[in-house]
Amino acid sequence: MPDIYMDHISANPVLPEVKQAMLPYLEERVGNPSSLHKWGQAARDDVEAAREKVAALIGADPSEIIFTSCGTESNNLAVKGLALANEKKGKHILCSAVEHTSVLSSAKALKRFGFETELVPVDRLGRVAPEDVQKRIRPDTVLVSVMQANNEIGTIEPIAEISKVTKERGVLFHTDAVASAGNIPVNVKTLGADALSLSANQFYGPPGAAALWLRQGTRLTPLLDGGFQEDNRRAGLENFPAVIGMGKAAELALADMPHRMVYLQNLRDKMIQVIPSIVPHTVQTGHPSERLPGHASFCIGFIEGEGMLLWLDDSGIAASSVSACTSKALKTSHVLLATGMETALAQGSVVFSLGIKNTEDDVDYVFEGLPRIVDKLRKMSPTYAKFLKGVV
Amino acid sequence: MPAYSDKVMDHFKNPRNVGEIENADGVGEVGNPICGDMMTFYIKVEGDRLKDIKFKTFGCGAAIAVSSMTSEMGMGKTMEEAMLITPQGVADELGGLPKVKFHCSNLGADALHLAIDDYRKKNNLPPLVHGEQAHHDEETDDQSWDTAVDVVEP
Repeated sequence: MPDIYMDHISANPVLPEVKQAMLPYLEERVGNPSSLHKWGQAARDDVEAAREKVAALIGADPSEIIFTSCGTESNNLAVKGLALANEKKGKHILCSAVEHTSVLSSAKALKRFGFETELVPVDRLGRVAPEDVQKRIRPDTVLVSVMQANNEIGTIEPIAEISKVTKERGVLFHTDAVASAGNIPVNVKTLGADALSLSANQFYGPPGAAALWLRQGTRLTPLLDGGFQEDNRRAGLENFPAVIGMGKAAELALADMPHRMVYLQNLRDKMIQVIPSIVPHTVQTGHPSERLPGHASFCIGFIEGEGMLLWLDDSGIAASSVSACTSKALKTSHVLLATGMETALAQGSVVFSLGIKNTEDDVDYVFEGLPRIVDKLRKMSPTYAKFLKGVV
Repeated sequence: MPAYSDKVMDHFKNPRNVGEIENADGVGEVGNPICGDMMTFYIKVEGDRLKDIKFKTFGCGAAIAVSSMTSEMGMGKTMEEAMLITPQGVADELGGLPKVKFHCSNLGADALHLAIDDYRKKNNLPPLVHGEQAHHDEETDDQSWDTAVDVVEP
């Protein structure tokens, strides 16, 4: 049986070159980057070299990069850190309705400090309209957070257009680029945001390393109290093996991006074209073209996502779903609901997120297996039976 | 996804008694696709025994396995005996269910009992006392990390 991994939005393999770059720090190399001795200074040099590579990936200055432990931490630091640093100005936050829970929950956690969060709607394709942000900005709005690309539906947001609005109104703008950075061109100068989150594992770096880019001169209240690491903005020993791996992964992603993008877009577009035609009553979710290169997401009618994933797994295909049953909270995806997806149809969610190791054969194998699996589940589905009888 | 027991996976992959019964003596339906799980049970009654049980289920692996196991447990039983099947009993027979799945997906016994109620009502028989129910509708989730989407709606 084949072993096909199509869940790169959840986790990515670490590239061999990245592993090689990290290995010295998991073996003989020792030294806290804050230490003065030669061991510490060597680690410091390597961390700073990694910072330069991560900065280069997003067109930033190295001094603007704050290393963190994961995308969730970067989002927490951005939302809470920027809001709290500016609470004298006001306590109103705008988030798109499709943000990752680490952004939405951070905004919600600020309620106890008197902050109010308002959601900006999206259209059926999951896109935020800049004018919808504009008309919600109030004199007391301190922060707008809109993600660059959505992990559940793949849609890429018009960040540069939204930042024009926030700049005009003098409001800070954070974009969560965890799903996009390293996968599509990201340039903080053209995007025009004030803060941007990115995570190493999304571009074949190790888990445990991520970053927040913060525009020079932007005030931030740190979340962790302790030492003076990361220019006093993120206390705690740097996870330097992972940070060094992130640097290598960023360098490779930048060099290889045009090739990776074309390769993945071809496979993705094939899935988007073929799957709805071989599995009836299937809708593609998110934007058809303004989407992450390797991201193909669907809602399949009359069945539930978890059963589909179990059968796919049984056929050697690893995919994901955002159905209520597959979520730990047993709640229907707030992203799909925000796009106006019917709740029952949202339960049939399946996401194939492709990586650079996937092949045309892998995609063909999914085309072979998926209709059979859907058929099997529909044969035992009471809602499909009702549909066939014309009851629904 | 939760880790399922081998028995759950067996009943999920090879569900027993899937289908519908034409002119069933009783039909019971619980849940709805909006909450993620929906089960319809069909029974054929002979004397006071369940001669045949079939089901259709929309739902997760646990929901399908629960339906399959419930149909097996009820098959050939008297209606009184079948009313004693409980969600806990079904879960035990399946070698346990992940905690998160126990309340939302363990609706098989309820659906079977409703099919029996339906049969008895149609035949002017007095209703039988229901055993323990899954109380799926009362189950709420208070994990605070999931409440993110409860912020002011657009």
